[in-house]
Amino acid sequence: MKVEDALEIVSQTNSGMVRSHNEDSVAQEAACGLVVLADGMGGYNAGEVASGIAVSVVATEVCQRLQSARPTDRDMATGEELGVLLLRDNIRKANASIFQAAQSQPQYAGMGTTIVSGLFYDNRVVVGHVGDSRMYRLRGETLDTITRDHSLLQEQIDGGMISIEDARLSKNKNLVTRAVGIDAEVEPEIHVHDVQVGDIYLLCSDGLNDMVEGEDIQSTLYAMQSNLPLATEQLIQMANDNGGRDNVSVILVKVKGKFAMPRGWLAKLFDWFGK
Amino acid sequence: MAAKLILSMDGVILKEYPLNKERMTIGRKAHNDIVIDNLAVSGEHAAIITILHDSFLEDLESTNGLEVNGAPTRKHFLQNNDLIEIGKYKLKYINDQTTQTNAADFEKTMILRAPVRQAAPIANTSDAATGFMSTQINPGTTQAADSAEKTGKFEAHIPAKPAPAPAKPAAATVPVPQAAAVQILTGPNTGRELELVKNLTTLGKPGVQVAVLTRRPHGYFITHVEGARHPTVNGTVLGDQPHLLNDHDVIELAEIKMEFYLKG
Repeated sequence: MKVEDALEIVSQTNSGMVRSHNEDSVAQEAACGLVVLADGMGGYNAGEVASGIAVSVVATEVCQRLQSARPTDRDMATGEELGVLLLRDNIRKANASIFQAAQSQPQYAGMGTTIVSGLFYDNRVVVGHVGDSRMYRLRGETLDTITRDHSLLQEQIDGGMISIEDARLSKNKNLVTRAVGIDAEVEPEIHVHDVQVGDIYLLCSDGLNDMVEGEDIQSTLYAMQSNLPLATEQLIQMANDNGGRDNVSVILVKVKGKFAMPRGWLAKLFDWFGK
Repeated sequence: MAAKLILSMDGVILKEYPLNKERMTIGRKAHNDIVIDNLAVSGEHAAIITILHDSFLEDLESTNGLEVNGAPTRKHFLQNNDLIEIGKYKLKYINDQTTQTNAADFEKTMILRAPVRQAAPIANTSDAATGFMSTQINPGTTQAADSAEKTGKFEAHIPAKPAPAPAKPAAATVPVPQAAAVQILTGPNTGRELELVKNLTTLGKPGVQVAVLTRRPHGYFITHVEGARHPTVNGTVLGDQPHLLNDHDVIELAEIKMEFYLKG
């Protein structure tokens, strides 16, 4: 099955109940199996500008390249798959674009954005992220967070300073330790996960997970897995019902079928030698 | 505004201490930031570590220990209005940060400038099975036992007992509507009552017909999720939009009738 037929993708972004404007940006490119979500920060409209640049750079560049190449192709020098390379390089490229814009235009000084992106191919998903926008996976009845926030709170959890239960009580939320566009360079965190038919992937900005308990996210995705547009609406509505203090964005990706890359005999041979 | 500790004994306030250092110590000896000159207090009794808006209390292996809100403790993540007791002395922790500052500003995501760390280890790209991170910040804790699916009978998923509610900083102020329940009027489970204790309760049979009841601050709603047939409320077929339920509404779903009613 082609990746665009194997995935059902629904996205929605909402400015919330308090903010006057929306600094989140989302993009979905079904044809190349790509979803991108970014949560911008910075004064005036700089947050929107930063998240907009990040999303459009990653979406356009990755898809353009995949028109003439396969994500499973391996880089000669590093042996890495193109899918992994593309996601990492283009998050870095987005970083450079935002950083340059912020340097050259005073009204954009200090702007930045988080990003979380998933590139689906060959029954896998490459996940790249920077900051505290997350990807979750519902498999069966279990909801797992498959990204680890780049935030002060997560570092405190990792360091054993604070328990996961106590972290909910922390007043130090919203402090990210890594962001796109703030420094000249950024190191995106990239991981590859196997995908199973029936999985639902949720990408969201912190406006969702700060306002809605994990348990409620799980029960919504589980109950509404057959109706993704309703599930996105329900998630955003729950965030807003709980106060909606931040912009809230949601992308849902449901895996409806397998999407293995067709392999020619030549590719198989290369793989065999490559091992 | 920084958090603070208010020292008192026998109901008399002795002194206020702003928590303006990363580490402040409490003890009998003079070099402590908070000196309590009493023999029941160890030389260095406890420390308070403050990281931005969060403060942690730690017992420094004191002889007589300490209590927070009446419970002996060695390490504690302080919350507003916590009462620390050391012997006869009481220290009240005040941190009303969220109520004082503009909530919208406070919630804004900010970047914490920290030394840029080197590349995080990257999962083996060819063997994806090993690439799964062990992060589980929010493991879905519900076991919404899908009784409808297993038995093929019509039942709602409700947990045996409500999950212990962790304190919710953000959602604590959200009003919860009046308690409500659904009573089944027809079929094998006639008379059964399902109390709506979760924000979301699923009704019906997956693959056939499913609707959800959602609890929102201003009431309970029913929404059609899947199935060729839509549920009815008081005989009227529902559309795709959530429908606000009124007391004693009769819902019909998968040929089962049930009554929604408010409790108490």
